[in-house]
Amino acid sequence: MATPLKNRHLAGWLLASPMAFVLLCFLVLPIVMIVVVSFWGATEFSIYPAFQFDNYEFLLTSPVTYSVFLNTFKYALVTWAFTLVIGFTVAYFLAFHVRSLTWQVALFLLCTIPFWTSNIIRMISWIPFLGRNGLANSTLISWGVIDEPLDWLLFSDFSVILAFVHLYTLFMVVPIFNTMMRIDKSLIEAAYDAGATGFQTLTNVIIPLTKPGIMIGSIFVVTLVMGDFITVRFMSGSQSANVGRLISNDIGLLQYPSAAATAVILLITVLIVIATLLRFVDIRKEL
Amino acid sequence: MTDQTKPGLSRRSLLKGAAAGVAASAFPAPMIWAQNIKDITLRQFGTGVSNLNEVAQKVKEDLGFTLEMTALDSDAVTQRAATQPNSFDIADIEYWICKKVWPTGNLQAMDTSRIKNYDKIVGIFRDGKLTPDSTIAQGTAPHTVGFTSGPGGTDFVAEESGWMTLIPTIYNADTLGIRPDLIGRPIESWTELLNPEFKGKASILDISAIGIMDAAMVCEAMGEITYGDKGNMTREEIDKTMAIFTEAKKAGQFRAFWKTFDESVNLMASGEVVIQSMWSPAITAVKSRGIPCVYQPLKEGYRSWGGGIGLSKNLSGMELDAAYDYINWYLDGWVGGFLMRQGYYSAVPETSKNYMTENEWGYWFEGKPATETITNPFGDPMAQAGEVRDGGSFYDRMGAVACWNAVMDENQYMVRKWNEFIAA
Repeated sequence: MATPLKNRHLAGWLLASPMAFVLLCFLVLPIVMIVVVSFWGATEFSIYPAFQFDNYEFLLTSPVTYSVFLNTFKYALVTWAFTLVIGFTVAYFLAFHVRSLTWQVALFLLCTIPFWTSNIIRMISWIPFLGRNGLANSTLISWGVIDEPLDWLLFSDFSVILAFVHLYTLFMVVPIFNTMMRIDKSLIEAAYDAGATGFQTLTNVIIPLTKPGIMIGSIFVVTLVMGDFITVRFMSGSQSANVGRLISNDIGLLQYPSAAATAVILLITVLIVIATLLRFVDIRKEL
Repeated sequence: MTDQTKPGLSRRSLLKGAAAGVAASAFPAPMIWAQNIKDITLRQFGTGVSNLNEVAQKVKEDLGFTLEMTALDSDAVTQRAATQPNSFDIADIEYWICKKVWPTGNLQAMDTSRIKNYDKIVGIFRDGKLTPDSTIAQGTAPHTVGFTSGPGGTDFVAEESGWMTLIPTIYNADTLGIRPDLIGRPIESWTELLNPEFKGKASILDISAIGIMDAAMVCEAMGEITYGDKGNMTREEIDKTMAIFTEAKKAGQFRAFWKTFDESVNLMASGEVVIQSMWSPAITAVKSRGIPCVYQPLKEGYRSWGGGIGLSKNLSGMELDAAYDYINWYLDGWVGGFLMRQGYYSAVPETSKNYMTENEWGYWFEGKPATETITNPFGDPMAQAGEVRDGGSFYDRMGAVACWNAVMDENQYMVRKWNEFIAA
């Protein structure tokens, strides 16, 4: 009681410490370990401590690295564009067209139903659907739209991006829906009263106010896509590569230092992307 | 840490060895076990093919001791055998893995005079020749890494020195799998994998060490490259091989690449792929769905692989005796029959014959038409009456091996090139 200020100071530190401890043990230390190992050397079946730049040198001078990073960015960008458009539309419909709260909640829960199964199952279920003799092709043929089965439906960039969009759109819907629900309805009424068209209201009122939601959704989608390896492997039939697959190949061949170096580069890249995104919106202020 | 435990281990093993020695001289083996046998546990690890729980159960029944099985993929097996000799008693590994692991000294040489059926082991694993006039295939042929100079040796010797590195257990000859109903014409050569006729309908396995061999079989059959040794390519040969396959990939020849057994089965069964590298049990899995699939013998020959069991250097005394009992039991025929009825071959076929019906022996080994339905040990039908095994008899198939699975001197370079191919 004598020094309430001081105590409050101490209490704050104590309250923050469990979380800090957890983050230190399970986030910071592993990352430090990865950075350390990325300088180690490897033989065919062991790794040994060292401080050498061989892993980075090989990585940064190989043309494969650049084409693979380029491919990873391509997937991230295209997936981001599709999930944004679809996610925004769905959230807009839920927030502004569905009037009753009950229906909003019901429809929102409907969106989450696919998440009751594992995302690997959801992804793999596309394979029989898109295959040469799959449902999509046989339906199109029976409708007379095509004569020959479309090969590019499966094991192509198309199928990879389709699976990504399917898997990750909800990560866009949730934060956008959340911010839209907080928009003061009187602002929209004011816009109409001032004579704005629906489109003008959208671009001048709603989109600027949902920016934080869009940004959070974008961060989710971009980091998920850039870190993925299993979707790319299955949906491209192992024919395309992204950074995640480079890492998983290295791990399979026991080249942990090389995998760690690739992971460090990927981490830096993703952090740069996120930092750039955050330049556009100050999430903390908007929340 | 290893150094600290060593003296203890060797002292203990010395005592044990002495005790076992006394016991062995007093009573004929394996009766000496009666009391202690139940306490012995041997830890075996290896790849999935021969690490079967049925074998462990049968060991408990016939020999009395416990065999613990751990199945790992071949990369993990290699790593464990090379770096953790204390974590296992028996290593069930492939011959090409042996080439990597043996020089580390983690396995001990086996005295062939203690192997009862040593003289009956097929020639492939002894002098390398299936029949006296066979030629020896390229790659890591098992006999080249099958013998060492003596107890404690970490080298390989060419002749039958009486000290074996691995006791052969299981082997087979691999080739391409095809869908005869979708191809509709005879397939005779490895070149067909890159035939534009099958554009978008071919596949190859994405396991670099094996995939590059299949690729080499194709390039050689096309007459594009002549290899000094497909199992040990030069950098130039690797570059040329990958260039041909990268070109084919960019032209859309391949539908997909597969890495796991199930993927290869699904690609074939769904008709996505009509010709691809495949493993023998995968063919069976496709056929068991009622879909025609052939393990097509090709004129250039097979790519073959073989596995064997090796003993950890830490085994001694009673455990070592138990391990020798296990090896002798392994070659005695029950396991052989069990494996041969799945389409693999056993190292001592003639003992396996005792554990197979005449029909099974005729179908699997002699290449004769089945007289009635052939089932595998799990009861699944493998072939109907009148059917003949793809490729024919044991001597037809194993006599036509062009190349053994191998590990190259330029392995790391090859892996990098393979990754480029996948990313291309």
